[in-house]
Amino acid sequence: MQRQIIIFIIILSIFAPPVFGAGSLDNAINGADTVWVLICAALVMLMTPAVGLFYGGMVRQKNVLSMITQSFIVLALVSIQWILWGYSLVFGHDVGGHGLIGGLQWLGLNGVGAAPNPDYAPTIPASVFMIYQAMFAIITPVLITGAFADRMKFSTFIVFTLVWTTIVYDPIAHWVWGTGGWLRDLGALDFAGGLVVHISAGFSALAAAIIIGKRIGFKSESMAPHNIPMTILGGILLWFGWFGFNAGSALTAGSLAANAFIVTNTSAAAGAISWMTISWKHGGKPNALGIVTGGVAGLAAITPASGFVGPIPALIIGAIAGIICYFAMHFKNNKTNIDDSLDVFACHGVGSVWGVIAVGIFASLAINPAGANGLIYGNYDLIKSQFIAVIVTGIYSFVVTAIILKILDARMGLRVPDHEEIEGLDITQHGEKAYV
Amino acid sequence: MKKIEAIIRSEKMMDIKNALALAGFIGLTTYEVKGRGRQKGIVLQYRTQEYRVDLLAKTKIELVVDDDDVEKVIEIICESGKTGNVGDGKIFILPIDEIIRVRTGERGKGAI
Repeated sequence: MQRQIIIFIIILSIFAPPVFGAGSLDNAINGADTVWVLICAALVMLMTPAVGLFYGGMVRQKNVLSMITQSFIVLALVSIQWILWGYSLVFGHDVGGHGLIGGLQWLGLNGVGAAPNPDYAPTIPASVFMIYQAMFAIITPVLITGAFADRMKFSTFIVFTLVWTTIVYDPIAHWVWGTGGWLRDLGALDFAGGLVVHISAGFSALAAAIIIGKRIGFKSESMAPHNIPMTILGGILLWFGWFGFNAGSALTAGSLAANAFIVTNTSAAAGAISWMTISWKHGGKPNALGIVTGGVAGLAAITPASGFVGPIPALIIGAIAGIICYFAMHFKNNKTNIDDSLDVFACHGVGSVWGVIAVGIFASLAINPAGANGLIYGNYDLIKSQFIAVIVTGIYSFVVTAIILKILDARMGLRVPDHEEIEGLDITQHGEKAYV
Repeated sequence: MKKIEAIIRSEKMMDIKNALALAGFIGLTTYEVKGRGRQKGIVLQYRTQEYRVDLLAKTKIELVVDDDDVEKVIEIICESGKTGNVGDGKIFILPIDEIIRVRTGERGKGAI
């Protein structure tokens, strides 16, 4: 046994140098930055099951496991898709110089190793940047699940996720964050994923809600949340994880990350208070679910701006997000028949549209010299780019999602049959009862 | 012998139970039930929507007593369970054919 251990150690040390990244590039790698981004990757990972809990508590008891399972399976599916081809499509060298999509040179993470990629994050290993970005790709399709809660077929959902992340998320992320990406080159700024995550998910959710159609009993039966504490727990974990989402996007452990952390907290707080205030005045009582929802609206709004604005603009951004998301939800509930069941569009879509435009207003080079100045500093160009980015991202997400769903409907069927919807997805799709 | 079934406010359960015990009526069974009478339910909120819940949670108590004790028990339940608001509940009296104690096999009044 001892001899085998010695032989093993000898073999390991022959192969160790490449594994442990020896070489002159070690000088470029900053330990603190690397630690920070890795921790943030873990924080953002936590947000994915947190969305499952957030949504799970809001649906009826018979469907709670379906929401949680959808979020979990996306975590598994996109984790693999990302390392096989997703990362390469987003961050790979632009194909043909059109700024539309990256290439496949990093298929299977070939060439993505310890050496930093100076185009994206010069002080951390490229592999760390890759795994951090993975968590963004993972959480985005999970957000959409709220739109078709209580009625989507699980098998079709799996296929939808893989197709959507490849032809909606990957291109958009390339446009906004990839080298040569056309929105990036246009000067559009999105620090942590207002366009890439929230607007893409929000507009896709709207398309999904319209195409899949409303739930049986929509507006006539009670579909009240079955477990509000579960939703609140999800909201808490989301706020917590969002520090990783926004502050980690600095890709360095320093003042930029600190700024993003602070404005994230500020905007969430402002959103919670403004939602509470407006809902209280608008004829209700200050309920727990509303306060948490306001917080999420504030978080969605600050996401694109977190590395470009300071705390006072963040306060304004969050406060306004709480109000406009409230009215967006109110409009959808009372003036339309669209069953975006858990209000993905009103919260994430509308919230982040405001956030991306707010970047055009409040961005400051003093906060981030790699950004730009906004309208309040006399720069009219940034806000134009922001508007273009919002419009293109929104329309692309909406249209392509609609097409994907139409095709899947014809091939596989999107919805469960009526009797299964009535019985509940937990039993019919997953063979489980949440609470025995 | 009579069975007294009383649907009462859940928050009044302790008061009623204690008052019955004080008067010597120890044994009883409770259920958590939902129902409505003329109370129109309550309005709850879900984000920007309101919805009405008209099956409200109540507690049901059952106890079996001697015929002579029925009026006393009714008085105790009404006294302790009343708030004066709509939704205080109802009491039903049913006849009982027989009562048996499982442990000993006793029947009749001795088994109450």
